[in-house]
Amino acid sequence: MKILLCLLTAWLAFAGGALAVNAQEGFDDPALNERYRALIREIRCPKCLNESIAESNAPVAADLRREVRRLMGEGASDDEIKTFLSDRYGEFVLYSPRMSPTTFMVWAAPFLLVMLGGFVFWRILAARSNQPLDEELPP
Amino acid sequence: MWRYLAPLAIFVVIGVFLRVGLNRNPNEIASPLVGKPVPTFSLPTVLDPQQQVSTESLAGRVTLVNVWGTWCIECGHEHPFLVELAKAGLPIYGLNVRDDRTAAIAWLNRLGNPYVASGFDPEGKAAIDWGVTGAPETFLIGSNGTILHKHISPLTPQIWQRDFLPLLRENCGPADCPFLAAVGGR
Repeated sequence: MKILLCLLTAWLAFAGGALAVNAQEGFDDPALNERYRALIREIRCPKCLNESIAESNAPVAADLRREVRRLMGEGASDDEIKTFLSDRYGEFVLYSPRMSPTTFMVWAAPFLLVMLGGFVFWRILAARSNQPLDEELPP
Repeated sequence: MWRYLAPLAIFVVIGVFLRVGLNRNPNEIASPLVGKPVPTFSLPTVLDPQQQVSTESLAGRVTLVNVWGTWCIECGHEHPFLVELAKAGLPIYGLNVRDDRTAAIAWLNRLGNPYVASGFDPEGKAAIDWGVTGAPETFLIGSNGTILHKHISPLTPQIWQRDFLPLLRENCGPADCPFLAAVGGR
């Protein structure tokens, strides 16, 4: 069990390390570089299935990383960069899509499902509480 | 009653989701650019670096914009069909991405050149403004300069018939598309 846990921890430690970005790519300023690394993890590569542009080796991901660096160099905020990319590639490229009529269900679904579950739970409870108590007791 | 209907209802819902979800092509992402004006661009052409192809080149007539590169194997597969469409009189503009100029010129000499002009975009900068994810991709542009349709993957006669012709018939004024009959539209 302990070995398993060790393996799991080791795997988790490495799981985040699979990046296509090489060391030279980025900014000299550590704060800016940190922001860059965080931002490219939030942008989905439009060509590859479920990889961020930080992880992907696809040419389009490299181009998008370069575009993110250019925009950051020009002083654009994270939000402006995300708008720039979603104007061209759709909400699809944002791992946390913003609220809009098309993405509304993505955000609303968890709450709706919890409400549905609560309703079913309440119905079961209501049905049970209507049963006479002595029916549940052994004779 | 509910005891029997509820599992059936859940089964139907899951079934519908799987039926729709599993038949979708995950690579075909709806472009937000469809219905919008063509992005502003200006690029030197592949054949002549002194000449430019730009947003204005597309204005005033129905055109295709085709994304290609010599590194793209599928582009070679769709190329003969593009040549055929160009012969029928349809103006096709190319967007050559992440390519080498010499290789691109050799490609056009070998396979034929269906393009009125191809923009040369070695860094894929204009491609980002067009929301290009790879090649081949083909855009149908209306005479008013709006993007009518975007197709990802090689263009085939079947896809042309199914997706492009209906839009051409809808969006062609009598003067816009003299080629319509020749490309199968009438």
